[in-house]
Amino acid sequence: MSLGLAHFLVLSAVIFSIGVIGVITRRNAIIVLMSIELMLNAANLALVAFSAFRQDPDGQIFVFFVIAVAAAEAAVGLALIMLLFRNRKSINVDDFNLMKW
Amino acid sequence: MQGPLWLIPLLPLIGFLINGLFGKRFNRMLVSLIACGTSGLSFAWSLVLFFRLLDLPPSSRIYAERIFDWIVSGNLNVPLEFNLDPLSAIMILVVTGVGTLIHIYSHGYMGHDESYARYFSYLNLFMFSMLLLVLGGNLLVMFIGWEGVGLCSYLLIGFWFTKKSAADAGKKAFIVNRIGDFGFLLGIMLIFVTFGTLNIHQISLQAPELLQVGGGIVTAMTLLLFIGATGKSAQIPLYVWLPDAMEGPTPVSALIHAATMVTAGVYMVARLSALFVLAPISMAVVAIIGAVTAIFAATIALTQFDIKRVLAYSTISQLGYMFLACGVGAFSAGIFHLVTHAFFKALLFMGAGSVMHALSNEQDMRFMGGLRGKIPTTFWTMLIGTLAISGIPGLSGFFSKDEILWQSFSSARGHFFLWLIGVLAAGLTAFYMFRLIFLTFYGSSRVKSDVVKHLHESPSVMTLPLIALAILSIIGGYVGVPHLFGGSNAFGSFLDSALAHPPEPAELHHPAYLEAILMAASVIIALIGIFIAYRIYVAKPLMINPSPDKLGKVHTILFHKYYVDEFYGATVVRPFIKLSELIYNLIDRVLVDGTINIVAYMTLWTGEILKWFQTGNVRNYIVTFMLGVVLFVGYVLLKWI
Repeated sequence: MSLGLAHFLVLSAVIFSIGVIGVITRRNAIIVLMSIELMLNAANLALVAFSAFRQDPDGQIFVFFVIAVAAAEAAVGLALIMLLFRNRKSINVDDFNLMKW
Repeated sequence: MQGPLWLIPLLPLIGFLINGLFGKRFNRMLVSLIACGTSGLSFAWSLVLFFRLLDLPPSSRIYAERIFDWIVSGNLNVPLEFNLDPLSAIMILVVTGVGTLIHIYSHGYMGHDESYARYFSYLNLFMFSMLLLVLGGNLLVMFIGWEGVGLCSYLLIGFWFTKKSAADAGKKAFIVNRIGDFGFLLGIMLIFVTFGTLNIHQISLQAPELLQVGGGIVTAMTLLLFIGATGKSAQIPLYVWLPDAMEGPTPVSALIHAATMVTAGVYMVARLSALFVLAPISMAVVAIIGAVTAIFAATIALTQFDIKRVLAYSTISQLGYMFLACGVGAFSAGIFHLVTHAFFKALLFMGAGSVMHALSNEQDMRFMGGLRGKIPTTFWTMLIGTLAISGIPGLSGFFSKDEILWQSFSSARGHFFLWLIGVLAAGLTAFYMFRLIFLTFYGSSRVKSDVVKHLHESPSVMTLPLIALAILSIIGGYVGVPHLFGGSNAFGSFLDSALAHPPEPAELHHPAYLEAILMAASVIIALIGIFIAYRIYVAKPLMINPSPDKLGKVHTILFHKYYVDEFYGATVVRPFIKLSELIYNLIDRVLVDGTINIVAYMTLWTGEILKWFQTGNVRNYIVTFMLGVVLFVGYVLLKWI
């Protein structure tokens, strides 16, 4: 049994789902951030898989962009969490629900 | 040829614009110069045009001037156009001539008023509107002038708007006039639907071909137009605004509410005489309303003590005469009386203004008396005006009034009773006018003591217009000396080409001596009226300050003006206010406001419910979002499979 496109897509879906569940269930902001990275990488995996399958380098070029955005996002996200912690002594996302009616 | 007509209304309009925009910064002399100058120039130009018109042969005495296309829409094509023919030529002479004299008089009368420039700008605006009405070559231009004079009347009646009675009187005049104007407007629409044009000359030419005599359409048309005329010219049932209009400054009463604006209805009926002659029923209505108004208003005038109100009711009565003349087909007689009435009634009003000026604005004749020697110029000029309006032979009023009375008896549409009412009203006129003269100028002085020391004759800027009008009141009638006295009735034949004639012979054959007898009868009745007034108010002055119970019920009814104002109040005004309140409470507050409020509250309640979805917790949003994505993708997948 050789590895087909479907294997990669299933793996990507599984990783993505893990990321979603992580974002929804965890309260620690850092873990949430990590889960988001997981979802991004699941998308990357799908892109690379399609790229290889279709003999088209566009998908891989796109992945580079995603990695760059993810890096920037992680930097900004960590900075926000740092500032949150300094001000409120907490990084529990349930503590921050001011943006409501 | 005929010079530009548009100059005549344009000049007062320029005066209005200058005084209205910058008048506050000018000194009073400059304001008067602009106002009197523009109307004076307008009068001079009218004279030039009048004599040029007179030089033409009678058949070509019509000159139309088209300025520009104003409304072009489908088959409605209304240009701004002016029309000069004998009828409008006479009217512009009266309007600009009497108007200029009153402008000059106002310079003295209003000299101390703070809103001097506002007064003169309104007066000029009125002149502009009135000239637009008179010169308008189609009904829409005429209607603009018609509404314009109504507006100016409102503005000038309520000129001293800080006084509640003046503001109310202005409102009353405007609203009552609106009722009439509505009829006029409907009439114009009916004319447009029937003729397809609004040009007055075209309508007059086509009317005999398109309409049948006594037909329903022409009757409806003319009755609607006449409703407009009853509003503007203060006839029954819409006359109630004119007595209240005396709240305005006295020169305004002279110009608008005696000489010019209130005659607009008569002018309109004469202008559209081609339609009226085709509708015998309407003509009868016009004649009867005119005759009844003449005697009705005259009886009220018998008992009033306010000097201006006596003159106001007298004006209503004289306007009734003019409509009586129009109603019996003698349009030229009506216009003749319009002209002479403009002279002597403007004179009488300005004389009354001069009396009030001398007495520190006292209007009640019970506090006058014995003024003959104190203000002689005012006395003599007013006496001439009074003799003229009473129909004393030799003065202008005699010729025009007897022309009307003779026509109301002798013309094919005349009737003995119309004549009788007219003659009785003439007797009453003589009585109440001499009552005014006797109460004001004769007997012992009843002037309040604090006023006596200020008693003075008016300045010459006020008396000179009085003298000019007095001269006109004497000689004004000689343009229309009847055939009986060897005259040629030049006035009537000059107007001939501009007016329509009833289809039946205008005059039945009556012997000449009959005319002389009827004339003598009316003069004798007038003299009797004067004699009774002399007996009651000079020889045995018992009636000067009568106690009501002594004079019986008739006097009480007359003094309260037949309770017409109360009647209108109970039948029209109060039900209308009640209806308005009902509509306000039910439709406006419950229905309209209620709907809006329900919409607002529903939005609010929806928000109250939906706000619970905005928890501020990011993870809740993500769950919702993911659920949505899963549902959406699941749906697409299911359809795809």
